[in-house]
Amino acid sequence: MMDAMFPVAASEHAGEIDNMIDAVHYLMLALFIVWGVFFVYTLMRFRAGRNPKADYVGVKSKASTVGEVLVAIAEGILLLGFSIPMWAERVDEVPDESEATVVRVVAQQFAWNVWYPGADGEFGAADVNLVDEATNPIGLDRDDPAGADDIWTVNQLHLPVRKAAIIHLSSKDVIHSFNLPNMRIKQDAIPGLSIPVWFVPTMTTAQIREETGNPDYVYEIACAQLCGNSHYSMRGFLTVHTEEEFQAWLDEEASYLGDSDDDFFDF
Amino acid sequence: MAEPVHASPAHEEHHHEQSFWRKYIFSTDHKVIGVQYAVTGLAFLLFGFGLMMVMRWQLAYPDTPIPWLGSLLGENRVGANGSMLPDFYNELGAMHGTIMVFLGVVPLAVGGFGNFVMPLQLGAPDMAFPRINMISYWCLFMGGVTMFGSFFLPNGAAGNGWTSYSPLADTALNGQTAWLIGMIFLITSSLLGAINFITTAIQLRAPGMTWMRLPFFCWAQIVTAFLLLLAFPPLEAAGVLQLMDRVASTSFFIPEGLVIGGEVAEFSGGGSPLLWQHLFWFLAHPEVYVLILPAMGIVAEVIANNSRKPLWGYRSMVYSLIFLGFMSFIVWAHHMFITGMGSVMSTFFQTTTMIISIPSVIILSALFISLWGGSIRFNTAMLFALGFLPMFGIGGLTGLPLGLSAADIPLHDTYYVIGHFHYVVAPGTLFALFAGVYYWFPKVTGRKMNEFLGKLHFWPSLVFMNGVFFPMMIQGLNGVSRRLADGGITYDFAGEVAGLNRMMSVSAWCLAVAQIPFIINFFMSIRNGKKAGRNPWNSTTVEWLAPSPAPHGNFDQPIEVVRGPYEYSVPGSDKDYVPQAEPAST
Repeated sequence: MMDAMFPVAASEHAGEIDNMIDAVHYLMLALFIVWGVFFVYTLMRFRAGRNPKADYVGVKSKASTVGEVLVAIAEGILLLGFSIPMWAERVDEVPDESEATVVRVVAQQFAWNVWYPGADGEFGAADVNLVDEATNPIGLDRDDPAGADDIWTVNQLHLPVRKAAIIHLSSKDVIHSFNLPNMRIKQDAIPGLSIPVWFVPTMTTAQIREETGNPDYVYEIACAQLCGNSHYSMRGFLTVHTEEEFQAWLDEEASYLGDSDDDFFDF
Repeated sequence: MAEPVHASPAHEEHHHEQSFWRKYIFSTDHKVIGVQYAVTGLAFLLFGFGLMMVMRWQLAYPDTPIPWLGSLLGENRVGANGSMLPDFYNELGAMHGTIMVFLGVVPLAVGGFGNFVMPLQLGAPDMAFPRINMISYWCLFMGGVTMFGSFFLPNGAAGNGWTSYSPLADTALNGQTAWLIGMIFLITSSLLGAINFITTAIQLRAPGMTWMRLPFFCWAQIVTAFLLLLAFPPLEAAGVLQLMDRVASTSFFIPEGLVIGGEVAEFSGGGSPLLWQHLFWFLAHPEVYVLILPAMGIVAEVIANNSRKPLWGYRSMVYSLIFLGFMSFIVWAHHMFITGMGSVMSTFFQTTTMIISIPSVIILSALFISLWGGSIRFNTAMLFALGFLPMFGIGGLTGLPLGLSAADIPLHDTYYVIGHFHYVVAPGTLFALFAGVYYWFPKVTGRKMNEFLGKLHFWPSLVFMNGVFFPMMIQGLNGVSRRLADGGITYDFAGEVAGLNRMMSVSAWCLAVAQIPFIINFFMSIRNGKKAGRNPWNSTTVEWLAPSPAPHGNFDQPIEVVRGPYEYSVPGSDKDYVPQAEPAST
């Protein structure tokens, strides 16, 4: 029913969330219609002009109790059958990191720093005292052996299709919220905490462009928690590649490492 | 015993001629204080609405010069071309929320109606603590002055959302400190009021006013007072802690290692930003019920009176109300599903959230069913009360997908949330409050408000309220986030529905025009309204036995309650209402 309104779904779990929102809205609509019909009929039937003498007792039937029990049952089904297990899947069944693309996203006013572990698969150390907004926004320690090959980008998240992505979210300053509308993912990035969020993208950027008929379609990353004056423009991009394209992109990024990040801005 | 049952200082002062200041400004009479609260609340509702109308300009016409106001707002608020700067948008947003909730609805619903009506309905001569009542109003007034004055600070008023999440609110350069000081006044005011309401309801009921003879409105005020009493102290404490973070460099809500604007922040760290959210929502969820329960109380009174029959299921409504009050303390973290909540916590809070919907459904159903078999009079008060039912229904129903954590993921922090709670408090609570104004106006002034202007107020308000809030649901389902200073046009996915903003803004401005008949009606009727006797609506509850307007001390006859609150259309009675305190005929 509502699918037409949602952003195009592009992750494995998006369908079940959409279906659930649909189901809840059917319940809401049913209740609203039942109440509404009763309401309008009652107002017409019992207006003073037509019914000058009110009835002291009114409704004698217990139908409303039955209705209330039915509502409670419907809510119980939504809760036990859908919401609780789906939530457990999101937070308790995070896939093994060895079978996933693991990325860190460090939010800040007003950008998303995306941090890949590089070829060794290990994130290097970071230190707030190393932070330099232009050359090292995540405070990465290049002297740490694990950090030598790490890659970071700003506002550009790249992931391979059909492989679980685990994103460890944190923030440098205030609370942000990492919102991927197409993936049905939203998770606050909270300073002082690292919170994992995971999903499996099902469509590459090329595929969604074809599907929507829009050659400029991009997966957007939006900030969903008020974070200061430019909150409204804290926009990032997700590009979903095939496995080969993703590897090629990583290799290309890695090839810039020799130049050192610092030189990039020195020309 | 021959002496009056409720002897109180109010009675002894009865015949003293009071000075203007004692009578109208620093009054201890619950009715004067009630009117002070109500007028303050209405004024702030209008002001808060004004802030929103300016915001709606920016949403409808982003980065377009603001007409008329542009040059008055100063260079901190508008850019070179006279359009709104994002900081100003955030300031308006935060203050709109704060003012509507804490300085608009609560003072009117609790301070205004509660103060004025509850003692009268109980058959009491005044509140239990008249001086505390006066102090409570003046604390609110100080809070209002602080909040309003903060707009004139060099960096403007607070702009961190009405929720003031840390660390943003701890480190922001705007008027957050003034916001916190203002909140401390407002909370103190509510606490003093709550003690007074509870004591009055327990101690000052007229003889024969047993608990199950209490009008539903009084029950609503009692439960509300308990919510205020128990939920506000944690926020007051949290407010003081955040104030310390800001002015004394403590780190209650600030973790280690913050880097703000490229500099390592000078905080020792070790605090938790989530602690603020827990403390805030521990108040702010019960606060939702503080906004809605008095509204339900008013609607129940008006519906019983104008359907000319008893409320259906009065007892189950009262029990539902008490259950609702209790449950409202254990649902707060459903505002925090996406802060990284595990499955145990989320299971608990979404289960309690679904449970709390049941008593709301029971109360709403009972109000609908109460109409069946009635002889319904459609005066303005009744129209607003009837309008409340489906509008609050939409507000309540749209809470369901937000209360289920999985469905909340795409909807959280979107316009769906804004639409949801505005349906609850705008065409919901505000309609109920308007119903209350039209209904009790004769008791306050001795005159009725004009019915034609009243209907001219109701029908356009109903249309335009929906014009503002329904499209928010559509925007929310499309994923448009709240609190975006450009209404979302930065994002492609929001682009399709950004166009709705213009229609919503026009609705908001038309809604403002629709309030003009109310304002005219309100002031004209004070002097020129049709004279009302003691009981212009042929009502059963005790407040209508007092003269209109009621004098200091309230009643000119002893009150003894002999029956339930809604004895309308009693079979065998010669008139269609039997007042609660009318002696049983032999």
